[in-house]
Amino acid sequence: MTALGRLALPLVLALLAPLPAQAAERTKLTIYTALENDQLGPFKAGIERAVPEVEVVWVRDSTGVITARFLAEKDNPRADMVMGLAASSLLMFEKQGLLATYEPKGVEALKPAFRDAKTPYTWTGTDASIGVICFNTAEAEKDKAKTPARWADLLAPELKGKVVMPHPASSGTGYLLVAGWLQGMGEEAGWAYMDRLHDNIAAYLHSGSAPCVQAARGERTAGLSLDMRGAAEKTKGAPLAVIAPADGTGWDEEAYAIVATTKHGDVARKVADWGATKAANELYAKSYAVVAYPGVATVPANYPAGAEAAMIRNDLGWMADNRERVLAEWSRRYEAKAAKK
Amino acid sequence: MTEALALALPEAVPVRRARVPERLVATVLIAGLCLVLVLILALPLGTLLMKSLEAPGGGFAGLSNFRTYFATPTLVEALVNSLAVAGTTVAIVVPLAFAYAYALTRTAMRFRGVLLALALLPLFAPSLLSGIALTHILGNQGFLRGLLMGQSVYGPIGIVIAECLYAFPHALIILMTALALSDARLYEAAAAMGTGRLRTFATVTLPGARYGLVSAAFVVFTLVVTDFGIPKVIGGQYPVLATDAYRQVVGQQNFPMGAVVGLLMLAPAVLAFAVDRLIRRRQSALLTARSVPYEPKPHPVRDGLSLAYAGLVAGLVVATYGVAVWASFIRYWPYNLGLTLDHYDFAAADSDGWIPYGNSLLMAGAVAVLGTGLVFCGAYLIEKLNVFSAGRALAQLLAMLPLAVPGLVLGLGYVFFFNAPWNPLNVLYGTLALLVINTVAHYYTVAHVTATTALKQIDPEFEAVSASLKVPFWQTFRRVSLPICLPTVLELAVYLFVNAMTTVSAVIFLYGPGTKLAAIAIVHMDEAGATASAAAMASVIMATALCARLALALVNRFVLARAQVWRRREGTA
Repeated sequence: MTALGRLALPLVLALLAPLPAQAAERTKLTIYTALENDQLGPFKAGIERAVPEVEVVWVRDSTGVITARFLAEKDNPRADMVMGLAASSLLMFEKQGLLATYEPKGVEALKPAFRDAKTPYTWTGTDASIGVICFNTAEAEKDKAKTPARWADLLAPELKGKVVMPHPASSGTGYLLVAGWLQGMGEEAGWAYMDRLHDNIAAYLHSGSAPCVQAARGERTAGLSLDMRGAAEKTKGAPLAVIAPADGTGWDEEAYAIVATTKHGDVARKVADWGATKAANELYAKSYAVVAYPGVATVPANYPAGAEAAMIRNDLGWMADNRERVLAEWSRRYEAKAAKK
Repeated sequence: MTEALALALPEAVPVRRARVPERLVATVLIAGLCLVLVLILALPLGTLLMKSLEAPGGGFAGLSNFRTYFATPTLVEALVNSLAVAGTTVAIVVPLAFAYAYALTRTAMRFRGVLLALALLPLFAPSLLSGIALTHILGNQGFLRGLLMGQSVYGPIGIVIAECLYAFPHALIILMTALALSDARLYEAAAAMGTGRLRTFATVTLPGARYGLVSAAFVVFTLVVTDFGIPKVIGGQYPVLATDAYRQVVGQQNFPMGAVVGLLMLAPAVLAFAVDRLIRRRQSALLTARSVPYEPKPHPVRDGLSLAYAGLVAGLVVATYGVAVWASFIRYWPYNLGLTLDHYDFAAADSDGWIPYGNSLLMAGAVAVLGTGLVFCGAYLIEKLNVFSAGRALAQLLAMLPLAVPGLVLGLGYVFFFNAPWNPLNVLYGTLALLVINTVAHYYTVAHVTATTALKQIDPEFEAVSASLKVPFWQTFRRVSLPICLPTVLELAVYLFVNAMTTVSAVIFLYGPGTKLAAIAIVHMDEAGATASAAAMASVIMATALCARLALALVNRFVLARAQVWRRREGTA
């Protein structure tokens, strides 16, 4: 026991010791984010170049996890800002009064869809994430399945049991697709489409990126996912066609906001100002084809053509208000049925 | 036993004079244990479970969340599926693990150390790795998919295979502990009376391992019910309770509903506690003060068969994980099978590079040292002291609890409790220290059951004799119980270390800037489609855990072997 005690004490001390303070004169800004891992470095560098007194500290996880975590911490928030998180999540935060009121300088220049429409102003959009089909052409060839161009093409009998999509109750991407069909096709036609699509679906997965990754690995022929995931898998060498269906697809946007309780409001506001600049949007444009600043358009490698044109008129407010009802209806239609399969 | 001794020799047991301060110390220690367990388990869980009575938007909702959940059409399906998968896994794993444990402890087959290490391999690997391996082997592009005869691995088949792999070492550890300590004299008596092998097995071996068998079955059952990692990755369209909790919490941020599902999953643990109490009344100590440890003698046929069986099981396990390691070198599965070391350059897939691995090592080391101390001393207090029985019962209940709590639920409870503005402990939030505490709490049960199983088999006569000699219990603990159980203690340390290296579900809500763990990095890389990098990091973790395990084997062989010489009978030594 004493030996154990001798070992334990220094360990306890080491664990409790604060992490070595680096660059004490800079303000540490904790930012919760769902940005992709490879974006974190460039974004940190971009922010710190524009606002030299700040040191960015990321806490990154998938959208669902980081949203759940932020809400769970709401009585004692740990984040100073949120960034690169789905606007639908930020709307939830806004509703609960967790975001600071601040309108960054220069937001008037951004496309209207990327600005908080409600007063008080809290969040600002950066880019759009668009629902796409990741279609494995190598696997499709084996079944003689045609590369889809429109949603209806996914109903082809050759694709029976070969399509995966994210579960709308588990993944924001899944809900975005469902909300896209309901808004784009109209409620009745949207449900009718999903009824038929359900017959071709192999599984509703509990992750937004997994369907595209599975399609890229040839586990499935078609996976519904987001544009950026599709482009990234294709760049890595997957035999994928990434399609933004021409008849209109659902989307969400990434956005940022200042957390109401932050003690570093001054620097956070400077970072927020930077986020709406053209320079920042040029950085976003390295990963996303559709960004908030008009005229900034450098299409990333392997990005689906015509994505911006395919975006439906999306009402984020409608998505938030109808989420519970849509999910309940979805569950009634497809989960009870799944049992009988 | 104490009472019997006291009745027989009333004047030899000076009850009043020597026992009073000792009783006080014991009571204080037990109260301390209860306090720690309440703090790291009951309060965080209580805080979360209070949420089950809240409306999703806030405010008191009474039982309406439960009503809503029970009205959901998918509930019954998820519940039945969970029970079916867990039941099937128990039925497969417990007999397999029992036979394996028997081969390791009761036969003289060769390569026992290696075969033990190989069987524990699933424990060493983050659970995602078995998912990656199974997709490569049995997935729609898998090279052995023909074995499934047209069935898809994504569904109950995949879940059961992966859960069997995952649960096997947990069952094995408990059963080995149950079988390792046994009295050779019973077998000698049986042999002297000409009892047949099967009859000896049925009347001596099985009853002796009864406690271990029941514990193993419950541990496996509960592990499977609460695990969401495997069903999430390979479950396809097959809902279970744990994925229900996941989608409530992560998919919809509906904490009250998540808490409702979490409460449902507590049921098996409460049941386990009741059964444990029942068995405890019947189980008599196997290792009495006069015991002689059983030492298997060579028996060529039995040893050969055992080796063949253990080799087959270990071979399957190794092959599965071997595929996953191979996957970490493949350039782009399944379209470019060229080999590369690129995926081990983690900085390319995750900006933190190798830092999470360092964090994991530090965290796991702390969990091993602090957790083992707490768990073993705690088990001793609960098992061997006869004071403050209400406190011991509470501690026992709390110790059985975490097994039944899905990591996700425990992690959220920690957020709500340790991040509360009124809680002075909230300075710990985001530190590695909280990750350590959380991980000790999360893996408390199996460690506790193992320690208890080992302690149960030591005759209470040791304590009785000590008491009559006026030796306080802490001396008995230090001089008798701890040395006898030293192999178990080291086993616990390695068990905790390894689990701390691989755990994800609870800590994913708790890590802060700069304290991200390797296992979390794996989940992130896999989500981002960097499957090979995820497999690579998982392989590094597996190798680390394997090294810890081999170090233990060496210690056992060269250090403990000498320390445990007293166990042997002088005549045979």
